Amino acid sequence: MFENLSEKLQRAFKNLRGQGTISEENIGEALREIRVGLLEADVNLNVVKDLIEHIRAKAVGQEVMTALSPTEQVIKIVRDELIALLGKDTARFQFASKPPTVILMAGLQGSGKTTTSGKLAAWLQKGGHRPMLVSVDVYRPAAREQLKVVAKSIKANLYEGDTKGEVAGTPLVERLAKEARREAVISGCDTLIVDTAGRLHIDEDLMGEMESLKKLLSPQEILFIADSMTGQDAVKSADEFHKRLALTGIILTKMDGDARGGAALSIRHVTGQPVKFIGMGEKPDAFEPFHPDRIVSRILGM
Amino acid sequence: ALTREVDEGALEELEMSLLASDLGVTTTTEIIDALRERAKRQQIRDGAELKELLKAQIKGILDDQQRPPHVVNSPPEVIMMVGVNGTGKTTTTGKLAAYFRAQGKSVLMCAADTFRAAAIEQLEVWGQRSGVEIIKTRQGGDPSAALFDALQAAKARSNDVLIVDTAGRLHTKNSLMAELDKMRRTTQRIVPDAPHEVLLVMDATTGQNGLQQARLFTESAGVTGIVLTKLDGTAKGGIVVAIARELELPVRFVGVGEKIEDLLPFDSAAFVDSLLGA
Ligand SMILES: Nc1nc2c(ncn2[C@@H]2O[C@H](COP(=O)(O)OP(=O)(O)OP(=O)(O)O)[C@@H](O)[C@H]2O)c(=O)[nH]1
Ligand SMILES: Nc1nc2c(ncn2[C@@H]2O[C@H](COP(=O)(O)OP(=O)(O)OP(=O)(O)O)[C@@H](O)[C@H]2O)c(=O)[nH]1
Ligand SMILES: [K+]
Ligand SMILES: [Mg+2]
Ligand SMILES: [Mg+2]
Repeated sequence: MFENLSEKLQRAFKNLRGQGTISEENIGEALREIRVGLLEADVNLNVVKDLIEHIRAKAVGQEVMTALSPTEQVIKIVRDELIALLGKDTARFQFASKPPTVILMAGLQGSGKTTTSGKLAAWLQKGGHRPMLVSVDVYRPAAREQLKVVAKSIKANLYEGDTKGEVAGTPLVERLAKEARREAVISGCDTLIVDTAGRLHIDEDLMGEMESLKKLLSPQEILFIADSMTGQDAVKSADEFHKRLALTGIILTKMDGDARGGAALSIRHVTGQPVKFIGMGEKPDAFEPFHPDRIVSRILGM
Repeated sequence: ALTREVDEGALEELEMSLLASDLGVTTTTEIIDALRERAKRQQIRDGAELKELLKAQIKGILDDQQRPPHVVNSPPEVIMMVGVNGTGKTTTTGKLAAYFRAQGKSVLMCAADTFRAAAIEQLEVWGQRSGVEIIKTRQGGDPSAALFDALQAAKARSNDVLIVDTAGRLHTKNSLMAELDKMRRTTQRIVPDAPHEVLLVMDATTGQNGLQQARLFTESAGVTGIVLTKLDGTAKGGIVVAIARELELPVRFVGVGEKIEDLLPFDSAAFVDSLLGA
């Protein structure tokens, strides 16, 4: 349904052939098309602004090469710029020198934390690890039950714990986390995945709870689980989670739909942390390492 | 002097706030162009006046879609909750049940998400909170069968309202969308004129993909309105303006938290205040 960016640029450059160089004047319309394309893909407004300036600076003054059309030439600049922003490196996972490695799952409500906790556990199992799962979501109805079902479906270890009719609150969350770590050590699990309750970045109490969980567990990985359908607000939540927790990576979920996923660029830009995996479905195996070039093609609609 | 100039700087600032609130480029451009024309005609120059005019304009777009509540000829009134994964369907089902109960209506809920882990247990908790009974089947069961049972039960008990929670699904998955269509037909067969409302539950953080969600859920499930959730965050939910313009769908309710009382009927004036500042 989206017109391909390359078609739009071809239109913008229709008079450029034979003009010799890309100039301020003849690139104007192309930059406008690129701007619209990025905004339609949900890249944050300010990120788009920066990107456009970089692209302009790179493109202006370039000779129109004989091998490439001006359209191809500018697309290459755009692509390179976006890939540079996303980071070329396929992300690695940090493991603790002394097990268990603790992974803290963080994010807004409904972003996919619980599902992704299961996926990550399945991925670790495949890599020969022995993960243990624990849910410290004592707030959302049936959240802990959900992780239990997920753990069972992949035959992963789960620390269930006992909530003993205790009030839902940070002390209970901390107790469960502590017990789970001890249990992981006792049962010889080398990784502990901590699924947390969804929370808003502006929720002072619950953001404080994440900070105390971090203090308590010293996790090797603090992953921000983000919905790929997120729009302009992505930078605000990611920025606040990063400021509070110093995130170590991002997982982009629900990439099996048709969202263009520009939020990936925004979140990467604002946190400086790499996207490590993408979620491609609801099942535990619908999980893939992140490839910057693929998402760039998707953002550009080509 | 009566100049016909418009403060382009102020216009641009407003344009940026609309884009930053997820209205999208097309909708924003159309709105700002119309605003510029009106501002010229009415000789408005300063930013404050311009903003008021813009707020009235957006409010108008949203209000145009509001319709009087439908008449339910043969109860139960059936409300289906649909949407992509994780937007707040189950939570909103529970809140709505409490909302209707507070109006003195007798309500029944149907747990037709038989797919996601513990989705039924989640709705059961909402049943306890709202004091509303739920009809369910086992996980992995046929959602249409649960729906069939719930429709029969609601008729037998003369319930006023039946709220149906469905599994989250991406609008691009044809087989899952066909399942919604089947559920809609099951409903029609048992209760004439039903479903009376098909509410698309949308997360306020949703970007431009929201338009395609609304388009495809309307095709398969016959969406009649939007519930905009998670407005207690910093996202403004501007995509509903684009949806109102292009697909003529009204916003019915907004979600403003995770508690049972955190559901409000849509108020377009409050919405534009939050979008652009009071
Ligand atoms: N299509 C698709 N659905 C996904 C993906 N990841 C998660 N989901 C679905 O998104 C919904 C929310 O996922 P959860 O794992 O419950 O999200 P959460 O972040 O734990 O939610 P809260 O704990 O309520 O904050 C569920 O319906 C999941 O099945 C994905 O990659 N693709
Ligand atoms: N802050 C806030 N959170 C909300 C609101 N509505 C729902 N939530 C939270 O969003 C998350 C997802 O809500 P659910 O009701 O499970 O969403 P769903 O659409 O049923 O999810 P699936 O069935 O997995 O597709 C939960 O953590 C809810 O508590 C709201 O208005 N504000
Ligand atoms: K979401
Ligand atoms: Mg969860
Ligand atoms: Mg649900």
